[in-house]
Amino acid sequence: MENIKILTAGDSSILIEFGKEISPEINGRITAVVHLMKEQHIEGVVEVIPAFASLLVNYDPRVITYSQIKERMEKLLKLDVRSEKSARRIFEIPVCYGGEYGPDLENIAANAGLTPEEVIQIHSSRDYLIYMLGFLPGFAYLGGLDERIHTPRLANPRIRIRAGSVGIGGSQTGIYPLDSPGGWQLLGLTPINPYDPQREIPILYEAGDYIRFVPITGEEYREIRAQVEAGTYQCVIHRKEV
Amino acid sequence: MGVRILKGGMLTTVQDLGRTGYQSQGFSVSGVMDVRSFKIANLLLDNPENEAVLEFTLMGPTLQFTSETIIAITGGDFQPTVNKQPVSMYTAIYMHRGDVLEFKGCRTGSRGYIAFSSYLDIPVVMGSRSTNMKCAIGGFKGRRLMDGDYLGFRMKRRYLPYFLSRTLDLDEFDQEEVTLRVVMGPQDEAFTKQGKETFLNSEYTVTSDFDRMGCRLEGSFIAYKETADIISDGIAFGSVQVPSHGKPIILLADRQTTGGYAKIATVISVDIPKLVQRKTDHKIRFQAVTVEEAQRLLMEEMKNLDALRRQIHRPCREVLECRLVAKRLTALFQK
Repeated sequence: MENIKILTAGDSSILIEFGKEISPEINGRITAVVHLMKEQHIEGVVEVIPAFASLLVNYDPRVITYSQIKERMEKLLKLDVRSEKSARRIFEIPVCYGGEYGPDLENIAANAGLTPEEVIQIHSSRDYLIYMLGFLPGFAYLGGLDERIHTPRLANPRIRIRAGSVGIGGSQTGIYPLDSPGGWQLLGLTPINPYDPQREIPILYEAGDYIRFVPITGEEYREIRAQVEAGTYQCVIHRKEV
Repeated sequence: MGVRILKGGMLTTVQDLGRTGYQSQGFSVSGVMDVRSFKIANLLLDNPENEAVLEFTLMGPTLQFTSETIIAITGGDFQPTVNKQPVSMYTAIYMHRGDVLEFKGCRTGSRGYIAFSSYLDIPVVMGSRSTNMKCAIGGFKGRRLMDGDYLGFRMKRRYLPYFLSRTLDLDEFDQEEVTLRVVMGPQDEAFTKQGKETFLNSEYTVTSDFDRMGCRLEGSFIAYKETADIISDGIAFGSVQVPSHGKPIILLADRQTTGGYAKIATVISVDIPKLVQRKTDHKIRFQAVTVEEAQRLLMEEMKNLDALRRQIHRPCREVLECRLVAKRLTALFQK
């Protein structure tokens, strides 16, 4: 609590700063507060936007004034939400690595002094925490990429990267949710749509969830893709106690 | 039953108050830039507060109506004409089938709004009809309006009581210099004392880098302590961010959901319309107020809009006079 600051962000928002570093502990605290706010439903809160180490709370000053929301949040932040056990979701993202799906896999391997197989093994062997979503709809900022496969961005960014591409940019890894320009080095492609505006829940996951990449073959890619297009594919989700 | 876009204008989009609730997933809010003009346009037609309108920028569209409806035009003075005859802004106008609405040019301000009594037939996507051009969702096919597009209406609504009273004074946007009131923070501590003084005591100029995402200003360098970079966090409408080049950028309706530059202050809600109606080379000054003062001003604005609503719900003088004459005549005939 001593490190948490409530700052003004105009007449309709407050910014709660939980710290000045990117760490799973601070981020976990934010996720817990977001869940608590959903449960408590504070009248007048319009929207909350969690980020790496902060939470922006947009409110309607016609319903709740600055001093009232500040007081409510101070009380809420005093609750020791860390001690409460909360289940986190792990989303399995099937990825077809290399070849036409991941044109930069060889590059990434050469840069790391590893074989492509080793890169795939390292990349798919851990669960990545979603620190926040931003930049594009459903673009997840993931933490915890193994240092051995950190790879600089491309000197010449691509004009168009396919939706579903999985890449590495510096110390980060992530999935492009829609076609967009970008400079990350691509190591694979997922057949699932992390973002689909027509779906009831357009974005699969939220901040605080985990992502697990699962290597698949080209044949599996086509099978899953057909299911996704037919609308019958169910994403595999595990639960993990934190 | 609807309206054909003969000319799309420079940037005409369908907007309402925006798509809230999805920023945590990376969707920008979108929505109208000038909330006051938007509210007055809907208010003139007794539309729901969040009914979708057309927002246009610097060069208005040309519309042809394929059915009867009532419209209201607000915002900057774009000198509207119907079938080449000048018509009033901030006034309910009855449009007949075949009528052509055009704009002679933007005299003051930079954004205009057209509300329709028959409501635009635009599907609601994730709680809003606003166009999010980056994600190509909402509005008309997720994009700006182009020549030849056709927008339908959702219903026939061609009668409004007190029709002749539905006219209001124009908001003035002809100032070339405005003072925007701001609440300092959230990251004003990232700047030196001198930097904050520079921000509050210098004149800034609106550059041509001014779109629905944000407005870049040119002027004195705002000094920061160690770095202007922060860990990315959420951004409010009207946030004034200062990257390491030391010049402010005010973030607006189509702003990205999160950003990594320190934000020295936030423009208060009631002053954002003043900002978004500016043009390139206009001058801006900033003045700090408390958050309590900003919220008091917002309440006042709500009361002011309520007063406008009452004003257009009274019979106008012409009607009252007619009634008086009719009453006297009736008395005479009855004798």
